[in-house]
Amino acid sequence: MKKLLLGNEAVARGVYEAGATVATAYPGTPSTEITENIAKYDDIYSEWAPNEKVALEVAIGASFAGARAACSMKHVGLNVAADPLFTASYTGVNGGLVIFVADDPGMHSSQNEQDTRIIARGAKVPVLEPADSRECKEFTKEAFRISEEFDTPVIVRLTTRVAHSQGIVELEEKEDYKLKPYEKNPAKYVMMPAMARKRHLAVEDRMARLRDYSDNSALNSIEWGDKKIGVITSGISYQYSKEAFGNVSYLKLGMVYPLPDKLIKDFASEVETLYVIEELEPFIENQCLKMGIKVLGKELLPVTGEYSASLIREKVLGISPEKLNNIQEDVPPRPPVLCAGCPHRGTYYVLKKLKLTVSGDIGCYTLGALAPLETMDTCVCMGASVGMAHGREKALGRENSRKNVAVIGDSTFIHSGITGLIDMVYNKGTGTVIILDNSITGMTGHQHNPATGFTIKGEPTKQVDLLKLCQAVGVDRVRVCDPFDLEGFEKAVKEEIEADEPSVIIAQRPCALLKQVKFGSVLTINSEKCTKCRMCMRLGCPAIVDRGDHIEINPTQCVGCDLCTKVCRFGAIGKAGGKDE
Amino acid sequence: MNNKSIMIVGVGGQGTLLTSRILGDVALNTGLDVKVSEVHGMSQRGGSVVTYVKMGEKVYSPVIEKNEADIILCFEKLEALRWIDYAKKDGKIIINNQRIDPMPVIIGKAKYPEDIIEKIKADYANVIDVPALDIAKECGNIKAVNVVMIGVMARHSEIPKEVWIDAIEKMVKPQFVEINVKAFIAGYDYAAGL
Repeated sequence: MKKLLLGNEAVARGVYEAGATVATAYPGTPSTEITENIAKYDDIYSEWAPNEKVALEVAIGASFAGARAACSMKHVGLNVAADPLFTASYTGVNGGLVIFVADDPGMHSSQNEQDTRIIARGAKVPVLEPADSRECKEFTKEAFRISEEFDTPVIVRLTTRVAHSQGIVELEEKEDYKLKPYEKNPAKYVMMPAMARKRHLAVEDRMARLRDYSDNSALNSIEWGDKKIGVITSGISYQYSKEAFGNVSYLKLGMVYPLPDKLIKDFASEVETLYVIEELEPFIENQCLKMGIKVLGKELLPVTGEYSASLIREKVLGISPEKLNNIQEDVPPRPPVLCAGCPHRGTYYVLKKLKLTVSGDIGCYTLGALAPLETMDTCVCMGASVGMAHGREKALGRENSRKNVAVIGDSTFIHSGITGLIDMVYNKGTGTVIILDNSITGMTGHQHNPATGFTIKGEPTKQVDLLKLCQAVGVDRVRVCDPFDLEGFEKAVKEEIEADEPSVIIAQRPCALLKQVKFGSVLTINSEKCTKCRMCMRLGCPAIVDRGDHIEINPTQCVGCDLCTKVCRFGAIGKAGGKDE
Repeated sequence: MNNKSIMIVGVGGQGTLLTSRILGDVALNTGLDVKVSEVHGMSQRGGSVVTYVKMGEKVYSPVIEKNEADIILCFEKLEALRWIDYAKKDGKIIINNQRIDPMPVIIGKAKYPEDIIEKIKADYANVIDVPALDIAKECGNIKAVNVVMIGVMARHSEIPKEVWIDAIEKMVKPQFVEINVKAFIAGYDYAAGL
């Protein structure tokens, strides 16, 4: 049967068809849908782990036990999971272990643009790179096979355009995979110096065999066309290259580490001009240069951002698209915003009013850094807000810390904020941490996490009690507040930043997009009562619009959350007349 | 509908993703190669969103480049203007005449351009202007704007109405099928009267 599947759905299908039985992940765009779709298969145990490190450790445990195991994450998640990865490379596997890592060239939804191939090379783990949904499924199955044949974890590297594009996939039967027996083998599974030294030799031997495999595997193939131009490429760049260059010769790489040196040399010797087309780092290019092969790549095309067929046409072939219209209008940008009804809006309104320095974190609430809220001062990586607030206090002193807070989402706090809080308590910090508890992992599209009380399959489970957790690590001042109670919330923040000890405020209110969240009817501004003081504009609500001579509420955007009625001192905002109007 | 490149542009939350999935399902039934490129993550939070549907004998890149779109389905006027360079000269540009102010306009740092549809009409012959929000409202749900727009587009395709309705029934959650089919037919009928 043929189906139209997202790259991520096709990976999930591949995991299923390969007979894998354990799948773990921490959600992160553009990788999230892999595990969301795996969770639909009853034959596979799947879970959201608290972070990528734990996710990979669970998968490694399953692999050692004899199961085929999958672990998925976004590119920056691999940094978190790097510790187990680098040593799992030494131990190798029992059941096949495949790690799906989605890079985000162009940073559609990420804080950096790192290239997973470089981490994989550091860890000495082979990398496959599919170019469309069909290959996502095929390469996934081949990755499990390689993992077992070469006794190594395998990374399947996706990029946003492959992960989030649908293509036609032929569904096949599931492989009847039998669990491999587990045998106690400390020389392989206990990595301490004496054993690890021997395993490092095994890794080097494995890399030599994998280079050989890469030269001969059908994953890497040549498409001969006009030999005046040769293009070495992989993944989505192959698709862009096909459109830009047309009928030239291609060496399409499905295995991007280790590279097929011999195949590359043979291909290079047959073509006149050789281009390497790859997004992000000159990974393939540098290997070619190292082999003394003259190629054109990054001297023409950027290391930054996403590629496209037109970018290649422009930078390599010198062809720019014609302008077909006379429209010369300035189009205002449309940056993402916190949704109407978002609980974070209350928090940011108060923090902005108090003019605090806000150490921020990763999630929807990072949008609080943008105009008009402009409340967040920093955002580096998952969990960083807490440690960074503590560092600021240690750098500038106790008095300064009365003007600082950290804000972090519930899922992000569990991911790696809790360790920062332990550090603050242990090392006698006095910072204030605001946990934005919106009952879900928001930005990635509503995944459960240990603080929601439900598993990936929606089954009820033990719920981490954030209040007790913070108390247990030694925070004596922990309180729960509703960020839409603006007065109460402001009072709480003022008290906690003054306290001479670490404190936590759990700002509790569910995400406005959760289906159980019901607001009243939409609001309207009474123009007779409105003095145009613009207090409501400070909320940065997408439904409240400044028309110059008057301020109005857009009824198609307003969800009736009532927050604006709390900042209006003139009682000018009220429920609109009819039910829906 | 051979070798068609369709762009769907709008504001995060307007249902561009569902629209591209419905289109993808319809395209799959043509027997041609199909690719659909979606947008997930941050821009879904009220940002500018674009998705692509491409079909043909063999589709390589899932992305549509400037001057390549046969159809641009625009859920919001400003977004039509933002992506207009992607239309072919004889491309069909279907625009929901709804205005949603982006944050820079809301806070008075930028101006919402005037007469957008007229400006586009001056340069392109196949512009269809649709009061999709009003039509969706009459159907009973302002969130059905996307399906009204699909209805308009369906009227201009050679693919039978039933194929479209099948795709909607397949892609939409059961409790929303009725309202969505109603909105589709309203859009379809509106296009007939043009």
